[in-house]
Amino acid sequence: MTPVSPEKNEAVNNAGPENAPVSKPKRTEKTLRTAIIRFAGDSGDGMQLTGDRFTDASAIMGNDISTLPDYPAEIRAPAGTLPGVSSFQVNIGSVATHTPGDRPQTLVAMNPAALKVHLPDVEEHGWVIVNTDAFTPGNLKKALWSANPLDGSTLKDYTVIKIPISTLTQKALQESKLSPSEVERCKNFYALGLIFWLYDRTPDSTLQWIEQKFSKKQDIAQANAAALRAGYSYADVTDLFPVRYQVKKAAIGPGVYRKISGNEALALGLVTAANLAGKDLFYGSYPITPASGILHELSKHKNFRVKTFQAEDEIAAMGAVIGASFGGHLGVTGTSGPGMCLKSEAIGLAIMVELPCVIIDVQRGGPSTGLPTKTEQADLLQAMFGRNGESPVAVVAPATPAECFDMAIEAVRIAFKFMTPVIILSDGYIANGAEPWKLPDVGKLPKIVVEHPKTGESFQPYERDPKTLAREWAIPGTPGLMHRIGGIEKANITGSVSYDPENHEKMCRLRTEKVARIADDIAPAEVIGPKKGKLLVVGWGNTYGPILTAIENLRAAGKAVSMCHLRYLNPFPKNFSEVFSQFEKILVPELNLGQFLFLLRGRFPKIRAEGFNKVQGQPFKVAEIESKIRELL
Amino acid sequence: MSSEAEAHELTKDDFVSSAEVRWCPGCGDYAILSVVQRTLPKFNVRPENHVFVSGIGCSSRFPYYMNTYGFHTIHGRAPAIATGLKCVRPDLHVWVVTGDGDGLSIGGNHLIHAMRRNVNMTILLFNNRIYGLTKGQYSPTSEMGKHTASTPMGSIDYPINPLCIALASEATFVARTLDTDIKHLGYVLERAANHKGVSFIEIYQNCIVFNHAAFHDVTGREHRDERMVYLEHGKPLIFGQHKNKAIRIKRLKPQVIELAKEPNVELVIHDEKAPDATWAYLLTHMEYLEMPVPFGVFRCVERPTYEQMMEDQIQSAVKKQGTGDLKELIYSGSMWSVN
Repeated sequence: MTPVSPEKNEAVNNAGPENAPVSKPKRTEKTLRTAIIRFAGDSGDGMQLTGDRFTDASAIMGNDISTLPDYPAEIRAPAGTLPGVSSFQVNIGSVATHTPGDRPQTLVAMNPAALKVHLPDVEEHGWVIVNTDAFTPGNLKKALWSANPLDGSTLKDYTVIKIPISTLTQKALQESKLSPSEVERCKNFYALGLIFWLYDRTPDSTLQWIEQKFSKKQDIAQANAAALRAGYSYADVTDLFPVRYQVKKAAIGPGVYRKISGNEALALGLVTAANLAGKDLFYGSYPITPASGILHELSKHKNFRVKTFQAEDEIAAMGAVIGASFGGHLGVTGTSGPGMCLKSEAIGLAIMVELPCVIIDVQRGGPSTGLPTKTEQADLLQAMFGRNGESPVAVVAPATPAECFDMAIEAVRIAFKFMTPVIILSDGYIANGAEPWKLPDVGKLPKIVVEHPKTGESFQPYERDPKTLAREWAIPGTPGLMHRIGGIEKANITGSVSYDPENHEKMCRLRTEKVARIADDIAPAEVIGPKKGKLLVVGWGNTYGPILTAIENLRAAGKAVSMCHLRYLNPFPKNFSEVFSQFEKILVPELNLGQFLFLLRGRFPKIRAEGFNKVQGQPFKVAEIESKIRELL
Repeated sequence: MSSEAEAHELTKDDFVSSAEVRWCPGCGDYAILSVVQRTLPKFNVRPENHVFVSGIGCSSRFPYYMNTYGFHTIHGRAPAIATGLKCVRPDLHVWVVTGDGDGLSIGGNHLIHAMRRNVNMTILLFNNRIYGLTKGQYSPTSEMGKHTASTPMGSIDYPINPLCIALASEATFVARTLDTDIKHLGYVLERAANHKGVSFIEIYQNCIVFNHAAFHDVTGREHRDERMVYLEHGKPLIFGQHKNKAIRIKRLKPQVIELAKEPNVELVIHDEKAPDATWAYLLTHMEYLEMPVPFGVFRCVERPTYEQMMEDQIQSAVKKQGTGDLKELIYSGSMWSVN
C-alpha cells in the first residue's frame, strides 16, 4: 500500500508548544497504516545498525516491514562528505508493506551531508530530525551547503525538529567512564530512542540486544542503553513532538515469523536443502559485495557439516565447487557480476560434465566494478548466455528476501534432479533488504531424492533418465564404476572423448532439451488480478514489491491491471505464453535496459510487450511504476 | 567390482584403462604413465579410490589412461577442482597432473594456493619447457631467448623455476625427477604419494616434437654424472663419474669442490626435513652451467593438512553446538507469533 500521509501540519498547529517540563506536553496520537522512516548519517555513525534495530523492534511488535539499506562502497569515505553518507530506510505497516516505500515520512539526519543527500526524498511536510551539533561550519562546507539550512527557508516545507543530539548524549553519559569519542559514538542510540518514542515502539528488544551484543564490553553496553533510554525520555518530555504515531499490528497470516534478509535466507535455504537431500554442503566463494554475507552466514553453521571454502579467486571458488560435486556433495558458489565473468569458463565445464551445482549471482550495478553496493538486474543475459558454445543452464530468481529460502531449496532440487548447474539471480536489494519470514513447518518440507549408481549395476557415464535426461552420477570410491569425465565433448552414453560431428550436435541438443524439460517440473506462472484484460505487468526478481504495490493501488482506484511475476527464467513455466496472451499489452519493468524483454521477444516473437527501465542502482519506486501503468491504460 | 576382484593383489594392469594412448611416439609422457601405473599397486589403495585431475595440455590427457576415477578439467584449474574434491572426500587419493604452461602460467594462482593450504594431494608437474598442444610456443619455464612459433626473435621472458614457486608456497613435499630415470621417478612418486600433505614433483619431461632434448645438457647420458646430483637425506651431495665431487657452502652459496683436492672441507649434508625452506631454496638455485642440477626430495616436512583442519573445525562445532538441527536453525533469532 502507498503510505497514508498523516496530516502532520494540522497536528503540529493544534498541539501548540507548551513549555511545561514537569508535566508531559499535550499531544495528538495518530494511527498510521504505514510509516516510512529513513536514518541517514555518516558511514561511521552506525545508521545501518540503528535502522536494523528499529526494524527488529517493529517486526517483533507485529508490523509488516520492508527495508532498504543503502551505503557507500567505501568503508569510511571522508567523514562529513556527501559520498560518505549511509542510510537505512524502513517501511513499517499494519497492512502489507511490499517495498521500503518511496518517500520517507521521517528523516533522521545526523549531519549536514545526510540532510543534503536525503532531503529531496522526504515527503511534503514530512519530519526532518537533525542533530544540530553536527551543523558546524566545517561540516556544512563539506556537505556543500552555502548557508546553514537550519537557519534559512530551505526547510520551510518540512516539519523540522532540531535537537543537539551529541550534546544530549554527552549529558546522558556524564557518569560514564567512556572516552569522549566513545560517548560520541553512542549518539545513534539516542536518535533511535527519539524515533522509538515517536512511533511508540518499545525499546525492550533493543535493550536486550545491546546486552547480548556488548556482553564483553559492559561499559559500552551500559552507555548505549543509557543513550537509548535518554533519547526516549527526552522525546517523551520535550514539547518538540506535538504528535505521536501508532502503527498497529499487521493482519498477516498466522504463524511464527522472524525478520530475514535475502542473503541470510539463501544461506539457510542451502543448509536446509542439503539436509533434505542428505548431502553435505560445500560452499566455495571469494569475498565480493554484496554476496559475502552468504559466506559469512554459512561459515557459522559448521555443525551442519557445512564446509565453507574461501578460495583464492572466483575461478577457484567455482572450480572447487565442481570438484565437490564430482565427489558427490552439494557444491554451491556465490558471487556478484564481476565474479560471474570469471566463473563463466568453469560453469561451462559444469554444463559439459553435467554435474549438479548452484551458482548464486547477487547482482550489483555494472559493467566492470560498477556500483558495488547498489542494486541492478543487468546480469540476466550473462546468466543465460555468458559462456562459450551452446551452454544452457537453469536460471531462477527469488522475488523477495524471504523467498530466497524457498528458491535456494528449489535450485538445489533442480540441480540434483536434472544434473545441471542452476543459477540463482538475487541482487543487492534483495540480499540486504529484510522482511518478515513466515517460518516453514520443517517436518513438512519435502525430501530431495538423490541416487547414485552402485557397484554391480550397469553404468554408463552419459546414460540418461528417459524422462529428465539427467545422466547418472557415479561417485569416486564406488568400486567398478571408475570413469573419466572432462571438458572435451563426450560420446553419447559412453562418455568417451568424441570429436564426431553428429555426436556433438546430438549432445548439444540433449543438454538443451534437458534444461528445457525442467519446465515439466516447476510451478506454473500465476496472475495476480484479472486473468484477462488490457495490461499485464510482467516482472522478475526485486521488482515484485513495487509492481505489486502499484497494481494494488491502481486496482483500489478501480483500474483493471494484472501482474505476473516469474521465478523461473530458464526455462519459463510452461503456461507462460498462455498467461500473457490473454492481455492486450505487456509491460516489463526491470532494473536494466531491457534484458528480460529481449529474452521474451526472442522466445515469443509475437509478444506485444514494452519495457520500463531504470539503472540508477536503486529499486523502482512504486510511484514510477504506477505512473507508467497509468500511461498505458 | 566383485569381492573376488577386490581380494586380488593389485598389479599394473588394474590401473591401465582401455583408452588408446595418444601422445606422440617417443614422448616422455609414456614413461611417466608407465611408472605411475607400476607404482600405484604398491599402495594399499584400490583403483576406485584414486582420482586423477588434470587441466589442459598434453600432460592433462593423463587421466584418460588411468583405470581410476578421472577428471580432465579446464586450463590451469585442476588444483582448484582437486581442492574442492579433497575437502569433501578426504578418503580419496587425489592426484593433479599438470604441465609448465597449465600449472605455472594460466593456473599459477591455483597451484600456489593448493600448495600453501597443504591439501593432501600429489601434484605432478610435467616440465617440458614448451607449449606442446598448441604447437610450440614458449612456456614460463622456457629459457630466455628461446626461438619458438610465437617468439621468432627469441623469448624475452625470464623463466620461472617451478620448485621455487613450490617452496615459496610452503609446499610440504617438494621434489624433482626426470622421465628417463625410471627408477628415480618411481622412488620419488612413491615418497610423494606416501606423504601426508601436499606433494609437488617437477618431472623433467621431453617433448620430442617441439622441444626435443630440452634437458639434454643436464641429463644426457654422456655427461649426466657430472651435471646431475642426487639428493639423499642426511648425506653429502656427492656427484661426478667417479664420485669425486661434492658441494660445500661458502658465503651462503653452494660451491663445487673436488674431494681429492680438498679432503678436509666441511661438506654440506642434505636435510629435507629442515623446518624452514631456506636450504631447499638454495638447492633450487643450483643450475646448469655453473652447478650440477639436484634431483630428489628437496623438502619433506609435516604439517596438518587443510582437509583435516576443515574436518576438525566441523567436529569442534558439532561438539560445541550439537549436531545441526534444522528446526533450531530456522526457529532462532527474534521471532514473533501471529495467531
